[in-house]
Amino acid sequence: MLEFLDKRLIFVTGKGGVGKSTVSIALGIRAAMEGKRTIVVEVASTENTSRIFRQEDVGYREVEVANNLWAISIDPDDSMREYVLLQLRVKAMRDLLFKSRMFTYLAEATPGLNELVTIGKIWELAQLDRKIKHGRKYDLVIVDSPATGHGISFLQTPRTFANIARVGPMHNQARELEEMIVDHDVTGSVIVSLPEEMPVNETVSLERDLTNDIGVSVDRVIMNALYPDRFTERDIAELKGLEKSEDPELRSAHRAALSMSRRTEAQAEQFERLKNLVSAPISTLPFVFEPELTLKAARRMAEKIS
Amino acid sequence: MASIADVLEDRGICICAGSGGVGKTTTSAAIALGMVDRGLKVCVLTIDPAKRLADSLGLEELGNEASQVDPKLLAENGVTGSGELWAMMLDAKETFDNLVARHAEDAEARDRVLANPIYQQISGALAGSQEYMAMEKLFELHSEGRFDLLVLDTPPSRNALDFLNAPTKMTSFIEGRSLQLFIRPTGFAARVATRGTGVVLSLLKRIIGFDLLADLSEFFTAFSGMIDGFEERAHRVNTLLRDDETAFVIVCGPQAEPIEEAVFFHSKLVEANMNFAGAVVNRVRYRLGTKVPKLGSLRERIEAEKVDPDLAERAARNLIEYDVLARRDAENVQQLSERLDGEPVIRIPYLDTDVHDIAGLCEINRFLFADEETRVDLATG
Repeated sequence: MLEFLDKRLIFVTGKGGVGKSTVSIALGIRAAMEGKRTIVVEVASTENTSRIFRQEDVGYREVEVANNLWAISIDPDDSMREYVLLQLRVKAMRDLLFKSRMFTYLAEATPGLNELVTIGKIWELAQLDRKIKHGRKYDLVIVDSPATGHGISFLQTPRTFANIARVGPMHNQARELEEMIVDHDVTGSVIVSLPEEMPVNETVSLERDLTNDIGVSVDRVIMNALYPDRFTERDIAELKGLEKSEDPELRSAHRAALSMSRRTEAQAEQFERLKNLVSAPISTLPFVFEPELTLKAARRMAEKIS
Repeated sequence: MASIADVLEDRGICICAGSGGVGKTTTSAAIALGMVDRGLKVCVLTIDPAKRLADSLGLEELGNEASQVDPKLLAENGVTGSGELWAMMLDAKETFDNLVARHAEDAEARDRVLANPIYQQISGALAGSQEYMAMEKLFELHSEGRFDLLVLDTPPSRNALDFLNAPTKMTSFIEGRSLQLFIRPTGFAARVATRGTGVVLSLLKRIIGFDLLADLSEFFTAFSGMIDGFEERAHRVNTLLRDDETAFVIVCGPQAEPIEEAVFFHSKLVEANMNFAGAVVNRVRYRLGTKVPKLGSLRERIEAEKVDPDLAERAARNLIEYDVLARRDAENVQQLSERLDGEPVIRIPYLDTDVHDIAGLCEINRFLFADEETRVDLATG
């Protein structure tokens, strides 16, 4: 069972190219199927959600992409405006601020501010008592987080700010965000990995950093794109005869089978390493033998995550 | 079509760019090794190489300075001759600290920046700082003129564009004009310090807080003396990136998304007047034949070779599924070639095993340093 879907907020993390977006969407579909009102949040404006759901513009608005499932792509500039909007209720004051060079410069130049307001928006989405007008209530917010490296510093931003701004409104905001991230009842994280050397290494160090440096709970490691175990050694031996066949297609079949069995073996070795090196429970997802990931495939994945 | 050696002829700098997870580090190391085999003295600058690859190059204790890979290790893998392979791992924080030390007016100014809590929090994590520091190190090594070729493995960015934007971001961050807001005597810092009553300032205080504003203004002020140095340096880095000596190689994978990103990145390189030299597409499934295999007939023909019917079925399906992906790869690579206006596109096949040692890099180089015809023969023959 995916008990962590009962939390309110899940950060999906991992190295670049491991399938974070796909897994985020699959988890979103899964939660929606279980009746949870769910929103999938993109932060790196990758627009993968738009692609999969054939939705023209999942932008900075909450768009319903399937039954019980919404998506949003968070833009830091919009988040900053919204943050100010919530702080300064008087329109004339806001206009004054938005027009001032000092504000524009501060907003652009202050290191980490983009990340902070982005996490602020994620926090806002996860509130039962939404701050924005007519805000929809969600049971679950799933965040397709930036790739590792950026990922760790992304989640660290609230603490960094809370430390820099020792008192004041920014400090209080940052502290509240940090408390949410480290609250294991409310917030969790999932690490997506691949059965290859580098992704496994990165998963191991990511689990350590998320646990020790950030303090967020790591609820699951998802090993993505595992090949089916198609051929035994005996099978490969039995197919050996095809290697010298006059028929080029039979030679190809032999070659493809041999590659597959070697790849599967290499994957198994890395999967074993992962099992020995991480503490969180591991789920697996099969390799998708399709040219591009379709909604149908994402649905199948959603059902298969265990 | 060309080999990577043709692509890099007469170049002194090769920048491998691409989004995360496409094999940039491996490709950079392979390019460097191949050029060493051609007699050059090469240094590869990398960020976070796979542990086993690092181990196999003897790189475990590498810091922010270049060290030579033991020629014996290379010789064991058949790489002999006068070439030398050097490697270093980049440490963004250390490079940033050195840069501050270089540009600071005096020791006191340097220490004020290095001790600033905001600097300490952000110098490793500031958006674009890793990218900028990579270029900075590249510039430094290039100025020293110790190497025939520098190969830069760009940091794992959200997208490759972060890299190109880094110098601009970095200069706008420390740029004089905006900073004057903070540092002129009647400016921001002074007004913050005197708890000025300007409306904007009071609004800022309300949403950000006085203490943080004061810290920020001090942080920017601490940088103020270095603006000119930074600007001038960033300008020279930018010039070097556009020099004919510098070649950008885009590394990508064969799926639609990385290919789209590669096309986009190429257009941005052209726009920015940088020299795109070619693309390397990793993990391509070469088509093993020209026909689309048909399940029924294929299964029967395999069975006829005295193979168990169930196994024949599995082997036939396996080839068909392979071919689906191989056709996708071929279409995507074709698209890429068309969009790159005929510039070289080098396909590295999806090998049976992961690459994590010098022998593996040599295996990749059989393709990287071959012409297209040889590559196809090797991958499908």
